[in-house]
Amino acid sequence: MLNINAVSNQELERIAKQLRKRIIETSFRAKIPHLGSCLSCIDILIYLYWNVLSIDPLKPEDPDRDRFLLSKGHGAPALFQVLAERGYYSIERLNEFGEPGSVFHEHPPKPGFIPGVEAATGSLGHGLPMALGMAVSARISKRSYRSYAMVSDGECNEGSIWEAAMLTPGIKISDLTVIIDFNKWQATGRSKEIMFLEPLHKKWESFGWHVQEINGHSFSQMQNAFVSAYNEKSMPSVIVAHTIKGKGVSFMEDNNNWHYKTPNEKELKSALIELDSKS
Amino acid sequence: MRDAFAKEMKLIAESRKDLVLLSGDIGNRMFDAFKETAPNQFINCGIAEANMMSMAAGLALSGMRPVVYTITPFTTTRCLEQIKVGVAYHDASVVIVGTGSGLSYSELGPTHHSLEDIAILRSIPGIRILTPADRNELIAQLRESLELKGPTYIRIGKKGEPNLHKNLNNLGVGKGNLIMQGNDYLIIGVGPILNEAIMAAEKLKDQDISVAVASLGGVKPLDSTFLHEMRNKQFKSWITIEEHSLIGGLGSALLEWESELKAKSRIRIERIGVPDKFIHELGNQQFTRKQLGLDSNGIIKKIQTL
Repeated sequence: MLNINAVSNQELERIAKQLRKRIIETSFRAKIPHLGSCLSCIDILIYLYWNVLSIDPLKPEDPDRDRFLLSKGHGAPALFQVLAERGYYSIERLNEFGEPGSVFHEHPPKPGFIPGVEAATGSLGHGLPMALGMAVSARISKRSYRSYAMVSDGECNEGSIWEAAMLTPGIKISDLTVIIDFNKWQATGRSKEIMFLEPLHKKWESFGWHVQEINGHSFSQMQNAFVSAYNEKSMPSVIVAHTIKGKGVSFMEDNNNWHYKTPNEKELKSALIELDSKS
Repeated sequence: MRDAFAKEMKLIAESRKDLVLLSGDIGNRMFDAFKETAPNQFINCGIAEANMMSMAAGLALSGMRPVVYTITPFTTTRCLEQIKVGVAYHDASVVIVGTGSGLSYSELGPTHHSLEDIAILRSIPGIRILTPADRNELIAQLRESLELKGPTYIRIGKKGEPNLHKNLNNLGVGKGNLIMQGNDYLIIGVGPILNEAIMAAEKLKDQDISVAVASLGGVKPLDSTFLHEMRNKQFKSWITIEEHSLIGGLGSALLEWESELKAKSRIRIERIGVPDKFIHELGNQQFTRKQLGLDSNGIIKKIQTL
């Protein structure tokens, strides 16, 4: 069941601002990279966890919960903040982020260590096929949960993404939704220049998917897209979310140096001031 | 063996609604009975093994008991990272079945040989590696694997392999069994190649050489109780046999085991297996076994040199 009006867009904006700050602070403190990738997907993660997924943070192993897999596992610093804020565990637990021996590092560990984490990802191209397995499991066991996977545009280089893309409609699975965090960059350059990636919309459409293109930083566009994906019962859905890598901090936006770079003290201050100045 | 597998899967599906059979576009008609019994529990995943293996992990993580089936190279090395990360790291209860293992598809060439799968999978934490010698051992291990938590790899032949085990009572996961009694030497092996060992042992009787033959049933975990039992019998030498590279398989595992015992007197372990090379001078399985000294005559020659 969709919970699409649970939290207002205004409140979501407030959460997004707060979590952006925490992600940047953590990156500074613990020297955690992939800042640009986290800032590009954080709005979608927030929308999913507050207004889309049928979940109860107090029952992270409920067999009927919706499944969300962060197939682009390097977005983990964003996911960890979202899970804490959503109530899976206390914000204080994230104080250990990046400490030696902590489970909070650059990628999600396997389930059982961090409540709410459904799968260990980080090697690209694994999460979507695993989510497909979970969707098949729902069908066989006659459970009504839905499965979601977020992939990055760079991740669409991986053959296993297209194996899953071809099989999902082939075996008539429709309760799986893929979100592509389409920030136009991958580790070493523009995603469309490294491989012949585009047009993503047409590629997925020709693979038998219901495709929507949205602004991945607009909660109102997300609302329409997730409702439409939910109501589409004849085929699986993919939401191509146009995002900006490093979104929210002007000197990080669309600057791929922030794939690996972590901020120094001056950059941290400047980023926090800019985020605070936004209403 | 593969027909026995298909038949047993159908029987298990009659009572287990959590069983899911994933096939990589293989086994034309073989699974018709399964599909009839449990149509929703069979998925032909196409020729896309990476996706199939990750799907199996996803199924297991959400309560199903998936069994992944295709030809050994494609269900092991083709999707190795999916096995390592999706299946093994998650401790997902997936049964991976490789058919046509070793040199079963000898004439199909190196693309279809699997002579490194044990070595590679053995280094991944948490996967049981089972190597049934015949259909009865396969059935026992398959059934038991589906009751155990965590991943299992079962390495099977293709079809027409003879039944080797006479005593079926102790077959299962991580269980070694004597197939033939003997006093001088012990041939300890894995998989259907043990048929060659039995033939060799029979022929050596004429030369008054008494050879015991054992199936170890698997390479991980090692049945150390059984191995100690064999150790106490004080054979002149052990000869390991495997349709697998000499690097990293059964022979290596037993040398490691023996070495780590740090016993006062060490047993002598000689190994028979496939040398470190690709095989492209092709023939059927028997031809290639003979070429490599893995057939009964090769085994006899090896023992005569000891």
